[in-house]
Amino acid sequence: MSGLKRTVFWTGVVALCAWVLVPIWLIALGAFGGRTGVFRWPKSLWPADASLAALQTFLAVEGVWPAMVNSIIAALTCMALSIGLGAPAGYALARFSFRGQNTYRLLILLTRAFPLAILALPLTVAFIRVGLYDTAFGVGLVHTALALPFAALVSASLFQAIPRELEEAAWVFGCSRWQAFRKVVLPLALPGIAAAAIFAFVISWNEVFAASVLSVKNRTLTAYLLTVLAESPLHFRFAGGFLLILPSLAFIFAVRKYLFAMWGIANR
Amino acid sequence: MKRTQSRALPYLLLAPSLVFLTAIFLLPLVQTIALSFSESGVASLGNYRRMVSDLNFGLALCNTFLLVLVVVPIQLALALGMSVMIEKIGRGRDLVLWVWTIPLGVSDLAAGLVWLAILQDRGYLNSALYGLGLIDGPTAWLTYETPGTLFLGVVLAEIWRATAIVLVILVAGLQLIPKEYREAAEVFGARPWTIFRRITLPLLKPSIQTALILRTVLAFEVFAVVYAIGGTNFPVLVGEAYTWQNANQNTGVAAAYAMLIVVISLAATAIYLRALRVPAEQQP
Repeated sequence: MSGLKRTVFWTGVVALCAWVLVPIWLIALGAFGGRTGVFRWPKSLWPADASLAALQTFLAVEGVWPAMVNSIIAALTCMALSIGLGAPAGYALARFSFRGQNTYRLLILLTRAFPLAILALPLTVAFIRVGLYDTAFGVGLVHTALALPFAALVSASLFQAIPRELEEAAWVFGCSRWQAFRKVVLPLALPGIAAAAIFAFVISWNEVFAASVLSVKNRTLTAYLLTVLAESPLHFRFAGGFLLILPSLAFIFAVRKYLFAMWGIANR
Repeated sequence: MKRTQSRALPYLLLAPSLVFLTAIFLLPLVQTIALSFSESGVASLGNYRRMVSDLNFGLALCNTFLLVLVVVPIQLALALGMSVMIEKIGRGRDLVLWVWTIPLGVSDLAAGLVWLAILQDRGYLNSALYGLGLIDGPTAWLTYETPGTLFLGVVLAEIWRATAIVLVILVAGLQLIPKEYREAAEVFGARPWTIFRRITLPLLKPSIQTALILRTVLAFEVFAVVYAIGGTNFPVLVGEAYTWQNANQNTGVAAAYAMLIVVISLAATAIYLRALRVPAEQQP
């Protein structure tokens, strides 16, 4: 690239980075600025009187802590179930050829064409009947429907990438199928599966509609924020928004190595 | 013994997820259909009639479609540009990629709140405009009286939040294209733009298709972003479903809305599958 071209190119890259980062910086200012910060006019881009007090006040508001705990419970449920159910399915898809394989793949692809969260509507009735309504676990179950197909496809290709010969060698040396899986295959697949698990966590942590429909008192953080949105002051909303973003930053950083491989896989 | 075991094994491994998806995906789907077509247990079209005659219905339908039609093409173009840029970056590629994919982890509700912080009356946009001497003081952009700027605000927030998912799918797709094709074209003197149009774009078609399907289905589900920015000033379909379920306690009409969204999503998927058909020999 020539000098001018290079400058234009990097200006574009930096501008796009700023496009992503500046809004996050601004809501952080909103979250740390508190009540006085919200009414300051005109606003400055530097934290003039930022303090932790605003976030502390937010966390002290009744219902915020329980909502966070519920979010975590739902997300952990979603994570455990989507991997626990999805990874075995992925292994089956990767290592066996059997009748019905394509039907199963079709079912998984079908989930992609549906707005799944909408299915929470009839589930309220079913959940009330079995006592899962208004529980974080119940919300986690619905979120699993969002994350499970993803987990199955990702783990299928993770397992596919591990040479079958490794497993067969272990059998030759006297390992049972399960032992060979545990000692040879699993360690190799584990980092990728961990990334998929983190992704399932994020999917659940961020979901709003199903969580709001399926709970009344035991709301997740997103559902809680949604219901109090209309009557809560601005600084309260900004604190909530910032708190929602914070874990995502860490999670995306944690899975960055696998992000593209995972999506490449899941969308083939 | 060993043989039958290994024949049953794949089914045993699939069974748990199959049972789960039946219970939480297929069954509710059937139930949503049933719910939408019945009123207090009797088959009727009442829910649909109430939905269509609802004051917000036309507006919600219009807003949702407008949003999808504006947001999705911009996101595709932007993500295409970004993914081509990524290919050119040498050092610092990983850092740039991480920054560009951060929104992937941001919830739609949080994205709405982020842009609320920027666009509210005393927000950062107005402060900047005031600094430039363009406005005299705090100005409202997100009210019922300013539907145009409210719409723009939602568009900005959606583009900010959800371009990352298109980007990730496209970058993953680009990695699958053999470098030799482009190198060969270069040898024969093709210009970058020609290479992009004649080689990259056609080979990227499967990824573009997936990205469009996923993004469109999700865009028809838009709700929390809008709610955080504009409250109920900007009705959208899923927001109406939420209102009918939670505020009006009427699952029937909510289910009718849900069915409408499902049908639109499926229609969009079918259109993409047809319009961007990938010849069998080109499928990975």
